[in-house]
Amino acid sequence: MSQPMPSSAPVAERPAVVNDFSITVGTINGTGSQTSNLTLLRALFKMGIPVSGKNLFPSNIQGLPTWYTIRINKDGFLARRDEHEIVVAMNPATADEDLAKVVPGGVYLYADHLRPREMREDVVYYKMPVRKLARESGAPPKLRDYVANMVYVGVLAWLLGIDLDAIHAALAYHFHGKASAVDLNYKVVQMAYDWAAENLEKQDPYRVEPMDQTRGLMLTDGNTAIALGSLFGGLQFLSWYPITPASSVAETINEYGPRLRRDPVTGHKTYAIIQAEDELAAINMAIGAGWAGLRAMTSTSGPGISLMSEAVGLAYYAEVPVVVVNVQRVGPSTGLPTRTQQGDITFTRFLSHGDTEHIMLFPAEPNEAFEFAWRALDIAERLQTIVFLMSDLDLGMNHWMTKPFQYPDQPLDRGKVLWEEDLKKWAEEGRRWCRYEDVDGDGIPYRTVMGNRYPGAAYFTRGTGHDECARYSEDPDVWVRMTMRLKKKYREGRKYLPKPVVETMDGAKLGILAYGTTDPAVQEARHFLLRDHGIPSDYLRLRAIPFHDEVKEFLEKHDKVVVVEANRDGQVAQLLRMEYPELATRVISHSRSDGLPLTARFVLEGLLAHV
Amino acid sequence: MPAVNAIGLTKADYKGAPSTLCQGCGHNSILSQIIAALFEMSVRPEDVAKFSGIGCSSKAPTYMLSRSFGFNGLHGRMPALATGALIADRTIKGIGMSGDGDTASIGMGHFKHIIRRNMPLVYIVANNGVYGLTKGQFSATADKGLRLKRQGENPFMPIDICMEALASNATFVARTFAGDPKQVKALLKAAFHHKGLAVIDIISPCVTFNNRPDSRYSYTWAKKHEIPLHQIDFVPPEKEIWLDKGMEPGEIRDIRLHDGSVVVLKQVDKDYDPTDRFGAIKAIEESYKQNVLLTGLLYIDPEAPNLFEILDLPEEPLNRLTEDRIKPGREMLDQINAEMFAA
Repeated sequence: MSQPMPSSAPVAERPAVVNDFSITVGTINGTGSQTSNLTLLRALFKMGIPVSGKNLFPSNIQGLPTWYTIRINKDGFLARRDEHEIVVAMNPATADEDLAKVVPGGVYLYADHLRPREMREDVVYYKMPVRKLARESGAPPKLRDYVANMVYVGVLAWLLGIDLDAIHAALAYHFHGKASAVDLNYKVVQMAYDWAAENLEKQDPYRVEPMDQTRGLMLTDGNTAIALGSLFGGLQFLSWYPITPASSVAETINEYGPRLRRDPVTGHKTYAIIQAEDELAAINMAIGAGWAGLRAMTSTSGPGISLMSEAVGLAYYAEVPVVVVNVQRVGPSTGLPTRTQQGDITFTRFLSHGDTEHIMLFPAEPNEAFEFAWRALDIAERLQTIVFLMSDLDLGMNHWMTKPFQYPDQPLDRGKVLWEEDLKKWAEEGRRWCRYEDVDGDGIPYRTVMGNRYPGAAYFTRGTGHDECARYSEDPDVWVRMTMRLKKKYREGRKYLPKPVVETMDGAKLGILAYGTTDPAVQEARHFLLRDHGIPSDYLRLRAIPFHDEVKEFLEKHDKVVVVEANRDGQVAQLLRMEYPELATRVISHSRSDGLPLTARFVLEGLLAHV
Repeated sequence: MPAVNAIGLTKADYKGAPSTLCQGCGHNSILSQIIAALFEMSVRPEDVAKFSGIGCSSKAPTYMLSRSFGFNGLHGRMPALATGALIADRTIKGIGMSGDGDTASIGMGHFKHIIRRNMPLVYIVANNGVYGLTKGQFSATADKGLRLKRQGENPFMPIDICMEALASNATFVARTFAGDPKQVKALLKAAFHHKGLAVIDIISPCVTFNNRPDSRYSYTWAKKHEIPLHQIDFVPPEKEIWLDKGMEPGEIRDIRLHDGSVVVLKQVDKDYDPTDRFGAIKAIEESYKQNVLLTGLLYIDPEAPNLFEILDLPEEPLNRLTEDRIKPGREMLDQINAEMFAA
């Protein structure tokens, strides 16, 4: 959106547009276009240019249209945009639709077997002999469809000035250096590049130039970050059931586990992964493991969370540490399974029947996802409860530029666990241990775990009413006492959760509150609100629920706080109004759920409507 | 002075809270046999953990082994809960106490999958063909034609726990009857020494809701129709096997378990081979035709790898590994960061 509307004037009269536009590729799902798209993304990144890539894919194995949109922005604004300067059309079924997407003056680069119904006057056309080049590449017939996608990589390289060495480096990375695959794909890129140089005349203003804006950064996705963060956080037990978009959390743990987590003493694995029969089993296994003293986690998405709700109540009430990763997708029901949403917030906050409340963490990018993964394990054990790590499909499955993962310097927080020697000490000091007794006044009791052989260490855990000493009880006073202590535990426990990040501007009256993956769109919208409209704003990026006091202070400080969210109902806005009824009128919800990551334009519209 | 076992404990050391189950409930008798088996085998209660779901059966763990850790979880989810917990400490022996509602209905998926994983656990199904805690509804193991007060007549075929176990490649499948305490105890002992998952389907009459003399789950019917496959004895690893004097060869079969203990089957039906899975399935099928309750060790595979082995876990408890053994070093993260795609 920093891009001024391009005109359709001939190229000579149009200023060059350098490192500030979007490329959208329309292909058919299942034809291997992900390799080409990632190659483009990585090559641009390698050239030092800030980039983001969003895979907008359908829920099917193959055959349906799929799009990949790359944003190139010299200023580092990397939210998805609705404006497409360059559209690459590879799918005959969407040839017209894709043409309609191009901004006036933009580029339509299409495979020559596509037949758009009517051509636009205000678009620059380039036609690529995709099948011919794929055939001539010498690729075996069964690989031709795949390498055909490399044709647009080569043509774009010529058209925009993408460094061929950077493309080669991207391919080498993608194929783990496997020479035959790298060579074949690179050959197609080179052929397409040469063909373009010989046959095309550049008529558009878009190009890329090397920069120095990605040094020290890497490209990775949120699911990889969570997987690695949990392994470096001492994860010992993972149970999971396959579900898009969460599966690659477990798969990545499975891939890195043997390398990172062989016992230095015995050579055996220091963790267990079980692919469960369903999410009911996954959460119940994780509860068993957390109860028995393992750092336990399960990873899922909305439908899985729905199935887990009964067990989540058990973990809440029996006070069992477990981390649940929720890579959110669009619900309700099967919804849009391959699209993104911040749609499970109110549901998760009070998941399960009876009086419950839950802790949620909201990472905004991979580095934070890595950090929150190990922190979530600490928090779960510290507070003896379930912790939801709320990612989403956009963060989980798309590639983001991020700093290298930071090593968790602090020791693991195993919480208040008593082993044999601890109980012996307590006994010598004449102290009595009872499982659910609030000894320290912070609402967090001490626990023993299965395997502790000290006399009196064992106790019986149940989801039914129990007293301080874990004895069965239906006494009304006991019930009130126990559940009020839980409430206290959550209130006092907020200090263990990541605080919100507050960014201010001089003279700002308008407040913005957002969380997770809407951050890039909010950052960009704030920039243009100030630059183009002269309106400064303060921004609170929420990183955990329950709310810290800073959230209340932020509401108190601003007459209007626009809460930006990628869901229909403004779920965090609802929670804010509920938590702070006296400040409810200041909370303005600006939210949308269409399955796509929010754009800065959408955010800006909302901000302008309320200043 | 009450009797003490080899580790100096009395039976009282294995007891739990007083039972609140119905007087005469088969489950009480199962509890007594678990206590007796552990006492006689001199197992420390601290080395055992008990798990259950929901139902009369699942209340039972409260009434035994108060010195053991226990977790009474959700309806049908005992197998999952126990799996997660027991992975934390391999030196703990798990008892899973379930019922026919818990296992054959709401938890059927978990039952089949814990079998498939051969998770080390003594999985007891206290099977009475009826929901007792909710006061008398048909369970999935109820006989076709059973009449209950507020249910009318059951029109559906029952699920057979042992058949399901065999179909899922269980490595230890037994059926017994709560009214045959000697056999229950012997099977429990063998199950405790089995390295993988041991399913024991115990017909355990519900004296309140399903005890009519013509019900397969009543004391009267089961006593009259029980056909034991064999007499079963369990010999712990450190003991010599002794044989009854005067027994003919062929009347005995001994099965050596992985820890050196031996299950001795006496007066064996000559054609019955408890290591033949298909034979076991056939025998159950025949028992229906003959309208008898076939009891005993139906099938065993003492060598199949268990889940701990499959997961390649260390022998020592996972939950006691110190930070230096579960948190990779900084240099490992440096390596991984270096492998990411960088500019």
